[in-house]
Order: sequence, then structure tokens, then C-alpha cells
Amino acid sequence: MKDVAVIGVGQSSFVRGYEGSIRELAFEAFREAMQDAGITQKGVDASIFCSAPEYDKQRSPAGVLAEYLGLNPQPTFYVESVCSSSSTGVKVGYSMIKSGLHDVVVVLGFQKMSEITSAESQERMGRGADIQWEAPFGTMMPAYYALYAQAYMAKHDLTHDDLMSVRLKASTYGVINERAVYRKPIKPEDFKQGDPEAKMAGPVAWPLRVGDCCANADGSSCIILANAKKAKAFSKKPVWILGIGAASEAVNMAARPDFTKGLSVGYAAAAQAYKMAGITPKDVKVAEVHDCFTIAEIMAYEGLGFAPMGEGKQLIREKTTYKDGKIPVNVDGGLLSKGHPIGATGGSQIRTITLQLRGEAGPMQVAGEPDIGLVHNIGGVGLYGNVTIFGR
Amino acid sequence: MGFEKFGRKSFTAVTKTAKFVDLLAEGKVEGTVCKDCGAKFFPPRADCAKCFSKNMDWFEMPKKGKLETFTTAYYAPFGFEGDPPYTMGVVDFGDGLKLFARIAKDIKPEDVKVGMDVTIRPLKYDDDQLSFEISKV
Repeated sequence: MKDVAVIGVGQSSFVRGYEGSIRELAFEAFREAMQDAGITQKGVDASIFCSAPEYDKQRSPAGVLAEYLGLNPQPTFYVESVCSSSSTGVKVGYSMIKSGLHDVVVVLGFQKMSEITSAESQERMGRGADIQWEAPFGTMMPAYYALYAQAYMAKHDLTHDDLMSVRLKASTYGVINERAVYRKPIKPEDFKQGDPEAKMAGPVAWPLRVGDCCANADGSSCIILANAKKAKAFSKKPVWILGIGAASEAVNMAARPDFTKGLSVGYAAAAQAYKMAGITPKDVKVAEVHDCFTIAEIMAYEGLGFAPMGEGKQLIREKTTYKDGKIPVNVDGGLLSKGHPIGATGGSQIRTITLQLRGEAGPMQVAGEPDIGLVHNIGGVGLYGNVTIFGR
Repeated sequence: MGFEKFGRKSFTAVTKTAKFVDLLAEGKVEGTVCKDCGAKFFPPRADCAKCFSKNMDWFEMPKKGKLETFTTAYYAPFGFEGDPPYTMGVVDFGDGLKLFARIAKDIKPEDVKVGMDVTIRPLKYDDDQLSFEISKV
């Protein structure tokens, strides 16, 4: 099914402390995507802006950003599913084009997290879960994912060394990604317990350590979608959306079925996307998964069918998900190296897969001219799940 | 009593389930049960998601459960800075009833294990905030 294509991608560098406001941050990704697509604002029919609220002070950001990007008087609006906002935005844009309502849609994800402190940021993330019944205990994202890690590690013999291996892989590619926030190499010694010099070893929410967690960052991403007619007219290398899956899960930890089985939304969204694309996990040549924490990447392998439940660890032990392995995953450094500017993350993952399928990923390019790529983008602690499959 | 009294720090003042806090003050940790279809809920709900009824009653949560998972937080969000380290977990009581809370300080972190038998009890903080915690059987 080749009805809607990505015809332009852009991303700002992901940084700590961006020196500009959200409109300027958004423009960085927009400029690159528009130049990539080779179109002007006149060629855009609608825009969708995506972020998690309360990091900056702007209410209803679509209005101010559409003005700054020169996208008036076309319709614009805001889409939010926390960490998966821009994947959700792409799903909405796809639907608008597929329905025939619009021909070309801009999906722009952004987040400027550095306007508040890390503790304030944790409080907002905690409030992305249930503020009535859980945030009053002092919850935060690392603690929520640690609940999954604890139960999963106890049942499936996943070790701290396995989690470290996920971070070491991310570091391998973060070093070569000029847009990543964390580009320093990481070594096993950095995880040595009890060594004050080991900067990755300190506990954050046990069993997760500093090195198991991605960092806050400022960043923007932009994906330009078009229908088949416009895509063929504008783009030499359109990348088609072949399958989309999305699911939700109870926000409350007390309503989660089984912590040893990973995130239910990962499985549900993947099944939908594979069915729509008419492919199986074996057909995927390169993937981006939501590694906000090391444990999340292991769980993603299983949700996506790259490994059976409980066996995700084998992929990292055998380096199957390295660039020259059977199924390369996060060879742009993932969230762990790139940083996680919440609303921009999904678009950044989609940009990476688009560049991989075009053969334009530079030092991160996977060999063998990959024809099918997959993006797995989770919102909250498996609250929202999005899987999108792309093809040439 | 208003719901702002719930937990270490509440983010909600008004809810139809605010009686939960009064029950905590009486020493009870209770969920809600639908008078029409019998569905049980924890955390408490004012509306039955199964049959759409708003005729809800309160029931006392079971005393015995198993710790399904847990984590110890060494950093805390804004507003909880004085608390770390603190351990939080999920208790499974069976029959679909589960509960999320902090684990009592009288269990040493190294003694907390997945699958251990635990109970729950109400808790009053020094500033009169009311909560509940997971504790030893």
C-alpha cells in the first residue's frame, strides 16, 4: 500500500540548554525538512505540532509555531501522547492525507526541557502518569520503568551486565551521530559498582542506574508527509508508510496485567502494523526502538517479535542488533545517546529510518540497501504504543 | 475531608472518591465495589466501567497479598526531595485486585523480594497527610 509517503525529514541537534526559544528550535527542523522536500510553505496544506505540555510556558503552541514557520492561514493544531507525540502526529497526518482531506502535511515535534530543573522535570513526568492515585507517592519515570525491570530481571535471568550492554551499543553509535547529545564513548568500567569514578554506576531507581537512563534534551524534528501524486512529483526517493499500529494501556500500575511480560502496547501496536504492512518481523532490515531506559530496549525486541518473550537478552549478548548484525536497532545511538526531547523523539526516529531507506545515513548506514524499516515509539510507561513501518 | 490530604503530596483536591481519605483516618484502606454488577476497583472509582452504574459502595482491601515488583528511588521529583531513598511496589491480592504504594521503612531494602508475602496498612505523616503503605505480614 503506497498511499502516503515521507517526502522530507529534518532534525535539530539534540542539546542540553538550547540557546533560543521554542519557535527558533522548531524552525531548525522545519528548515531542514522543507529544503529536503524541496517545497515552500505554499505547498503545505496543514501542520501538526507535537510536544508534552508544561516544559515551556507557551499554551496552545500550534498557533505561535505555525506563524513563525510561515504556515498561516493553513489549518494547524496540537497533538500529544507524551514521549510518542510525534509518532501520533504522523498517524494523524497519515489519516488526513489518506482521507483525501489534505495532500501535504507537516508534522513537527519539539521540546525544550532545559527551561526547568531536572527535579521539576521528574515531577512533570510523574504527573504524566496518574496524579490522583500514584504521583502522591513520589513517582517518576525511572521508578516506573524500574518496576518492569525488577520483575523482568527476576523472571528471565536478565542481568545488569545485559542492561549495560544495551548502553554500550547506544554509545557506539552516539559517538558517530553529530546530532546526539551524549557523544562520549562509554566503557564497562563506567558501570563498576562502588567506584565513585564510575559515572554510569550510581543508582537512580534500583535496579536502574545512571547509565540505564536517557537524558533530557532540547530538540525538534520535522516529517513532511504527502499523498502518492505529490510524493511522486516532488521526491526522487519517497519513503512510504506501509503500516501503522497504535495502542493504549491502563495508566495505573495497579491495573497492569503482568510486569514480567513487558509493555502490552508494544505487542499490540506491532501486531497491527505488521498486519497492515503485510510483513513479518523477519522482513524488517533496520529498526528504531524506544530505549528511554536500557530495559525498554530489551522489552521492545520482544514486543516487536525480534526475539521470543524472555529472550531479548540474547540479541544484545550476541550483538544481533549492532549495525552489522541480523537486525540493526538504534544505530543512531537511540534515546540513550541522542537524548530524549519528548515531543521530538518519534520524528527523530522516523527521520533516521527514512535516511536509512534512502541510503543517506552516512556513517550510521546499514549495509545491504535496507528496504523495510520500523519505528517503535512509546509514550509514558507503556501508556501509549506506536509502531510505524516504512518501505521504499 | 478533602483529597488534598492524601499521600505525601496530593495533586488533586476534589474527587467523588474523597471518602477514601476519611476511611484512611479511620484506619481502613478501601476500594469501591459496584452495587449493581459487583465489580471491584482499586484505586477507587466513582463510576463503574463495566455496567456504567454510579451506585458504588466501599469495601475493605484484602490483608494478604504478594509483592509483584518494586523499586527503590534514590532521586525524587520536585516536592519530594527530603524523602529518598524510598521503595515503592505493586501488591497482587489475586482476583484482579492490585495496589501501588510505598513500602514501609521497617522492611530493609535488602530484604525486599519479588513474590514475598506482604500486607497493607494506613499511614499518617508528621504533617498529618494520610496515606497507606506496604508492610510485613
